[in-house]
Amino acid sequence: MTDFTPFLKELISAPGLSGHESPVCDLIANQWKPLVEKLSLSPLGSLHGFRRGEAPDPRSSVLISAHMDAIGLMVKGLEEEFLRLTSVGGVDARVLPGQLVTVHGRQDIPGVVVMPPDWLLPTEIHNGNVPIEYLWIDTGLTAQRLARLVRVGDLVSFAQPPLELSGEVIAGHSLDNRVSIVALTHCLQELTQRVHQWDVWVVATVQEEETLGGAATSAFQLRPDVAVVVDVTYGRGPGADDHRTFPLGGGLTLGWGPNVHPTLFKAFKTLAEELEIPYSVEVFAHHSGTDAIALQVTAEGIPTVLLSIPLRYMHTPVEMVMMKDIQRTGRLLAEFIARLGPDFMNKVNMD
Amino acid sequence: MKSIIKTLVETPGPSGYEAQVRAVVRKMVEPFADEVKVDALGNLLVRKCGSDERKVMLAAHMDEIGIMATHVDENGFVRFTNIGGVRPFNCLGGRVRFLNGALGIIGAERMLDESKVPPLEKMYIDVGASSPKDCPVHVGDVAAFERPFLDLGDRLVAKAMDDRIGVAALIETLRCLKTPLHEVVFVFSVQEEVGLRGATTAAFGISPYVGLAVDVTRTGDTPKEAKMDVALGKGPAIKVRDRGMLSDPRVVDWMVRAAKKAGLPYQMEVLERGTTDAKAIQITQAGVPAGCLSIPCRYIHAPSEMVDFGDVQQAVKLLLELLHSPISLK
Amino acid sequence: MRNKQRDKIMTQEKSSAPRIAAAQIRLLERLSNACAVSGDEGALRQVVLEQVRSAADDVIVDALGNVLVTCRGQGKDRPRVMVAAHMDEVGFLLTHKENEGIFHFDTVGRIDARQLVGKPVLVGSEQIPGVIGVKPVHLTEIEERSKVISIKSLRIDIGLGKDSKVKVGDRATFATRFFRLGRNLCGKAFDDRIGVATLIELVTHAPTNIDLLAAFTVQEEIGLRGARVAAYTFDPDLAFVLDCTPAFDLPSWDGEENTRYNTRLGAGPAIYIADGGTISDPRLIQLLVRTAEEEGIPYQFRQPGGGGTDAGAIQRQRAGIPSVSISVPGRYLHTPVSLVRLEDWKQTLNLVYAALRRITSKTLT
Repeated sequence: MTDFTPFLKELISAPGLSGHESPVCDLIANQWKPLVEKLSLSPLGSLHGFRRGEAPDPRSSVLISAHMDAIGLMVKGLEEEFLRLTSVGGVDARVLPGQLVTVHGRQDIPGVVVMPPDWLLPTEIHNGNVPIEYLWIDTGLTAQRLARLVRVGDLVSFAQPPLELSGEVIAGHSLDNRVSIVALTHCLQELTQRVHQWDVWVVATVQEEETLGGAATSAFQLRPDVAVVVDVTYGRGPGADDHRTFPLGGGLTLGWGPNVHPTLFKAFKTLAEELEIPYSVEVFAHHSGTDAIALQVTAEGIPTVLLSIPLRYMHTPVEMVMMKDIQRTGRLLAEFIARLGPDFMNKVNMD
Repeated sequence: MKSIIKTLVETPGPSGYEAQVRAVVRKMVEPFADEVKVDALGNLLVRKCGSDERKVMLAAHMDEIGIMATHVDENGFVRFTNIGGVRPFNCLGGRVRFLNGALGIIGAERMLDESKVPPLEKMYIDVGASSPKDCPVHVGDVAAFERPFLDLGDRLVAKAMDDRIGVAALIETLRCLKTPLHEVVFVFSVQEEVGLRGATTAAFGISPYVGLAVDVTRTGDTPKEAKMDVALGKGPAIKVRDRGMLSDPRVVDWMVRAAKKAGLPYQMEVLERGTTDAKAIQITQAGVPAGCLSIPCRYIHAPSEMVDFGDVQQAVKLLLELLHSPISLK
Repeated sequence: MRNKQRDKIMTQEKSSAPRIAAAQIRLLERLSNACAVSGDEGALRQVVLEQVRSAADDVIVDALGNVLVTCRGQGKDRPRVMVAAHMDEVGFLLTHKENEGIFHFDTVGRIDARQLVGKPVLVGSEQIPGVIGVKPVHLTEIEERSKVISIKSLRIDIGLGKDSKVKVGDRATFATRFFRLGRNLCGKAFDDRIGVATLIELVTHAPTNIDLLAAFTVQEEIGLRGARVAAYTFDPDLAFVLDCTPAFDLPSWDGEENTRYNTRLGAGPAIYIADGGTISDPRLIQLLVRTAEEEGIPYQFRQPGGGGTDAGAIQRQRAGIPSVSISVPGRYLHTPVSLVRLEDWKQTLNLVYAALRRITSKTLT
């Protein structure tokens, strides 16, 4: 079995903030190229890979997707030799002071997010958490040089290098959702050794962290019969240990609720049990907060299911994940696809 | 162009009730268009043919925020609710014009704490009536805020600058447009203020190759305003993002290159609240590369919104530059 | 004359004055990347000993772990001048094992809790990587987000391996690795690794008009403990303290003039007039100012106010020791990334070296 740790580290080291995914997209395309029949880009930049199924025409198709965009920061203004910030995606401002970042200006510029001392801030936030609007980036450049290299709207990525921790654990930024890209890649690799009846669309979507616009548009274009979304979920750990969290190393989660098609859920559940792949059921009363929201309601509606990989410290630069859980997800996905028969769609119903 | 703007801003057209504005715009654009039609939701679609069939969609919304009557009480006072982002502190003492021509002023119930703005539920409109019978307003009637156009020279002030100034810019662009390379569809959209509803269906129907909204954006150039690097008078703003959309980076680059090539002033816009019709265009069908050209505007959604006339003229020039050259998205 | 001393003079005649160049920057990198939380300065002591041994006449490691280096000069009535820089840094101490791989910790020295969240750390002498995480923002309530996350509620997480070498009692530091940033240097613990690097350079190019008594001190960040006993041992005539002091030279949120910058980056070495622990000896301030002006070295006065250096302990030792502090201004000290201007460091070394060369037995009269 391929060790995907180097690929994952490469993925999280490449920029690819929401709306600006092309650097990471290129890496994924390279990795997928030998594993699919054709690759293309959607008008918004989502990556579409295609594997033809063995069944005669007309064949059903399954779409498996994971978003490739990451959260980060954006330059909102320049003041003297400092940059003012806003967020791209749901950034927790409390983790920002002291973070290493890369400002993607006319060239890549290293910098640090810094928190001014209280007396340079409004009185009402003294001794409190400093909102993003009062933080700065210091690049060490002179004001003149900064003005030449950086403009409002430039993107800023986290620059914390990946860490390998004990127990085959990787920590770093953007693991949400590059780990799911690895799971899809793992699935594709397994599929190259298998026969599958259905056509497979493998999609790395854009803009999930901001608009879900990538999933909505790709699904509209590809019109799959069923869709499987892979994303991350809350890993159990310090500060987060209630029922909404799941242990690292405890396998994937299967989403359950109105956002998920019951037949697909059941199919994955049965299959996971058969293969002895550990899983937990993750319940969403309303929606899952993932691309599955957009996919489900595309065009005539698409039966959708959600697999999630537990990840600690979500949306921080020290997200933490266990490689084993990624592999399990990829394998379950491949087994599911390989078992899709010509009559599967007849079984997909709400009752 | 100022007289066009004056006519546009003084015509009432709250979301869903854009007919008067549509009639005015239609009259202005008909002489220059290859085709004019109104779609099922009321969007005005104005086509200008080009040699390349791939369509460019330009959208400016005709609707404005306003109010709708919810009840007429026994003494003829009209209770109301908002249409779009009406803020209570902009209402007190204001005047409104109903679409049937009736005028009224906004009052409020007694305030125990004058430092607090009462919610809309505690306000009413006094149209000079004393009973439901002599009240010219009925439940469901719609009104726009009433405020005359003000020409301060470089700066223009009116209600509904959001987004009649965009409408004016599109009309002016159409008027000056020779033969565009691409087919251009000017969309004067409806119901933007209540959730981009007009642009959503218009974009689906047109399925453009690339889409731009022309709308207003906030500024950071007034006393103690939230920090924002957009100011009046420094040229139109090229949107990088707002709360609802991340502009397509290829579209942003295309606009920046065009502005540089034509030597036009421009600003980069990062807006932390609100969104525009461009969002709806971007996610229609299989997705459309989309962006937004913004006219900087102070006091958005107050009855006196201020823009810089130079910014408007530069915006028109930039739109013409974009439409007269081949589109390259890289 | 002993051979060693003769060798020293020969080398000194050959080599130029001390300076900051590639080798010194590499040394600072090593010092910055090493972990030496107050009370556990071993890793740094090792580097210091290795660097000073050949140049020193005498080296001892005292009961607290201070490295005390003597470089004797020549001639009669040589003043005994102590120069101190502290080896320790602020950091963390693992206090309790909660679960496999999960540890409670305390801070050692003053660290703002707001700087900890979402940062990688290195634990123990083997520098095992770990992280300080936080509950995902998605799972928090609004009132929770407005509160500063207390150190009590944070954990160091070193992963899910079973046979880890990490244990309660180990120290940890921010994991930041040294890097160049334009005209600046960035890394953790420049407070006071930059002083240590400067002092090593002075020891290896010791002026001969004085007896240079170099003290690489411990436990400065938790109460100047090392300097206190070092000054007793050395019993010097006067003392210089080399440290790193905050530059708060950022814009104010509302554009008002920033009147509390403490020091400014790029304005040269910061001379102390008074801080929370010491009123500098006026004669030594005078010496530094005159030296700077005559040698054309830029300098600034650190804004008088709170804070303090090893001088606070040294000045009050025995019958009293005239003392002054000189700092390299540094932004973001006691956070994961401190930032200094290379030019400020160079000028600090120039100023201190030039001032030391001017010291005579009459300096204090």
